[in-house]
Amino acid sequence: MSRNQSLPWWVEIGVLPVINLAAAFIVSGLVMAALGHDPFEALGLMVTGAFGSADSLGYTLYYTTNFIFTGLAVALASHAGLFNIGAEGQAMLGGLGAALVGLVISPGLPGIIAIPLAILAAMIFGGIWGAIPGWLQAYRGSHVVITTIMMNFLAGALLTYLLVDVLIAPGGGTPESRSISENVWLPAAHQIAQSLGLELAQTPLNLSLLLGLFCALGLNIFLWRTRWGFSLRAVGLNPHAALYAGISPSRMTVLAMALSGALAGLVGANEILGAQHRLVLGFTGGYGFVGIAVALMGRNRPTGVIIASLLFGALYQGGSELALDMPGISRDLVVMIQGLIILFCGALENIFRSPLARLFAAARSTRAELTGTAGG
Amino acid sequence: MDDFITVSLALAAGSLRLAIPLMLGALGGLFSERAGIVDVGIEGKMLISAFASAAVAHATNSPWAGLAAGLGAGIVFALIHGVGAIAFRGNQVVSGMALNILAAGLTVTIAAALYSQGGRTPQLPDAARFRGTSFAAADGTSQLDPALRALFELVAGHNILVYLSLVLVPALVWLVHKTRFGLRLRAVGENPEAVDTAGIQVATLRYQASIISGLLCGLAGTYIAIAQSASFVPNMTAGKGYLALAALIFGKWRIWPTFFACLLFAFADAAQSRLQGLNIPGIGAIPVQFIQALPYVLTLVLLAGLVGRAIPPKASGVPYVKER
Repeated sequence: MSRNQSLPWWVEIGVLPVINLAAAFIVSGLVMAALGHDPFEALGLMVTGAFGSADSLGYTLYYTTNFIFTGLAVALASHAGLFNIGAEGQAMLGGLGAALVGLVISPGLPGIIAIPLAILAAMIFGGIWGAIPGWLQAYRGSHVVITTIMMNFLAGALLTYLLVDVLIAPGGGTPESRSISENVWLPAAHQIAQSLGLELAQTPLNLSLLLGLFCALGLNIFLWRTRWGFSLRAVGLNPHAALYAGISPSRMTVLAMALSGALAGLVGANEILGAQHRLVLGFTGGYGFVGIAVALMGRNRPTGVIIASLLFGALYQGGSELALDMPGISRDLVVMIQGLIILFCGALENIFRSPLARLFAAARSTRAELTGTAGG
Repeated sequence: MDDFITVSLALAAGSLRLAIPLMLGALGGLFSERAGIVDVGIEGKMLISAFASAAVAHATNSPWAGLAAGLGAGIVFALIHGVGAIAFRGNQVVSGMALNILAAGLTVTIAAALYSQGGRTPQLPDAARFRGTSFAAADGTSQLDPALRALFELVAGHNILVYLSLVLVPALVWLVHKTRFGLRLRAVGENPEAVDTAGIQVATLRYQASIISGLLCGLAGTYIAIAQSASFVPNMTAGKGYLALAALIFGKWRIWPTFFACLLFAFADAAQSRLQGLNIPGIGAIPVQFIQALPYVLTLVLLAGLVGRAIPPKASGVPYVKER
C-alpha cells in the first residue's frame, strides 16, 4: 500500500501541489463560467491586481506576511503530529498582547526597547493560547482539534468583550481601541525605502515581512538542526519510539503548540504594530484558517510555506481588486478558491497522488526490466 | 407571578427554537462520528443547505421545494467529505475545514452573482417559508391571558420543522440502538476490522452514515434559512455548526445527552438577552460575551476531564484500509 504511494521528492514537493492547485482553479473557473463570468478575464484581473503595480505588490506582500506566520504555525504543529486549527484565536491573542504593550507599557519607552517588547508580548500571548490546548492534549487526552476550535471562540469572545467594554477608545462608537503609542509602530516599507533615498508607494507592508522570513529560517534550523527540533519531529513520526528514545511526547506536545501559537501570534505584530496601529475587531480576517491551506500547499516546509504564502497573498489582494473591477463578483470568490485549494490539497489529494504513484511505479519497473535485459 | 410564568414560557419557547438547528447539526455530526468519520464540517453543511433552501424557496415559492434543496445540498457536501474520507483516505479534519471555508465562499459568490444584494437572497414571502402559528390577532392584541398565550405558543406555536425534529430524536435513538443498522453503525466506528470480518462492507456503512449526516445538517440549514429567518444572509449559521460539535462532545456522542446539551446551550443563548445588564450582587453585570462563551468553556472543562470524561468513538478519524 505505502509502497505504491511513494513518489520522487520533486513530484511530492513540486508537481503534486501544482496539480492540486490547478484542480482548485479549474473548479473555480467552472463555477465562474456557470455564473456567467469569464474566468480567464477574472484570472487576468487578479494577476494584475496582485502584481500589476508597486502599490498592489506592497499589499500582496503585506497579506503574504500574515500567511507566512499562520502557515509556519500550522506547519510546526504538524511536524509534532498535531493539527492546530486554532491559529485564528492565537493570532487574536497575539494582537491583544501587542496592543496592550502599545497602549499601556510602551509610552515613554525608546522604540528600540518598546518594539521588541510588543513583538515578544504578541508571541507570549499567542503562545499561551496555543499551549493550553497543547497541555490539554498532552496531559488530559483531549483532542487538540476540538480544543483549538473552542479556544478560537473563546478568543473571539474575549476580544469582543475587551473591545466593547474595556479597551474601547473613550468616546468612540465602534469597538476599537485608541491608537497605540507611536514608538511601537513597525516601520513601513515606504518609510524604510525613504530613509534609503528610494520612493515607494504607501502600503501597509512593514518590517514584519522580514520578521516572517527570519522566522521561516529559524524554524528550518530549529526543526532540522537542533536537538529539540529532532525530538519534536520524532514525536510526530512515532510517539512510542520517541518515548523509548527518552523523549517526552507530552512535553514536546506542549512545546510544539506553544511555539505554534507564538508564530500565529505574530500576525498581531504585522496587523496591530505594522498596519492598524490600534486593536480592532476581526483583524485576523481568517488568516489562521488559511494557514492550514498554506501549510498543506507548502508541504509543511518553511520554504514551501513562503512560496504558498505568496500565492495566497496574491489571491487575497488580487481578489479584492477583482471584486472592484468586475461587477457581480464578490470578494468571497477568494474564500471559495481557498476552500477548494484546501479540499484538493488535503482531503482529496489522493485523487492525483495514487495515479501518479502508479505511473512512477510502472516507469520504475519498466526501467528495471530494460536495464535487466541490457545487462544480460 | 403571572408575569414570571409568561416570561419563563416565552424563554422556554425561545430556547426550543434555538435548540433545533443545534440539535439537528449535532445529530448529523453524531452519525458521522459514530461511524468513524470525524465531522468538523457541520457548519459548512448547514451553511450550504441554508443557501440552497433559501434560493430554491425563492425561485419556486414553496418551502417544501426549499427543504428538498437544503437536504440535497447537505447530502452533496456530506458525500464530498465521505468520498475524501472513505475512498481517498484523506485527512478528515482538513476535509471538514475545507467544506466550512468552501461553503462560506461559494454561497456568497453565487448569491452575489444571482441577486446582487451583497450575498443575500431576496426576502422570502410568507408562503415560501415554514411558519409557526401566532396566537395573537392580526393587530397584535389577543383575547387570551398572556400566560396562557405563551403556553399555547410554546406547545403549538412552532413551525412544522420543529415538531419534525422533535419526533426525529426518539426515532434516531431507535435507529441507532434498536436496529441492526444501528448496531453495525456503532460497531464500524469502534472496530471496523470486526465489522469487515463479519462480512459487512465498511465503506457502504460509512457512506450511509454520511448521507444521514448530510440530511440532518441539511435540515438544520433549511430551518435556519427559511423557518427561523426569511432569507439567506452571508455566514448566517454564525458558528452554530461548531456549537453543535461542542454539544455533541458535551453529550459524549450519545443522542439524548447531546439533545439536552443543545437545549442547555440554546437556553444560554436565549437567556443572554434577558441577562444583559443584570447585576449580580458582588460580581456586577455579566458581560454578554461571557454567556456566549459559556458553552465552549463547559465543553473544554468536560474535555479536560474535570467533570466526567468525553471519549470519542475509537475508530473516529482513522481511514479504514482493508487487509489484503
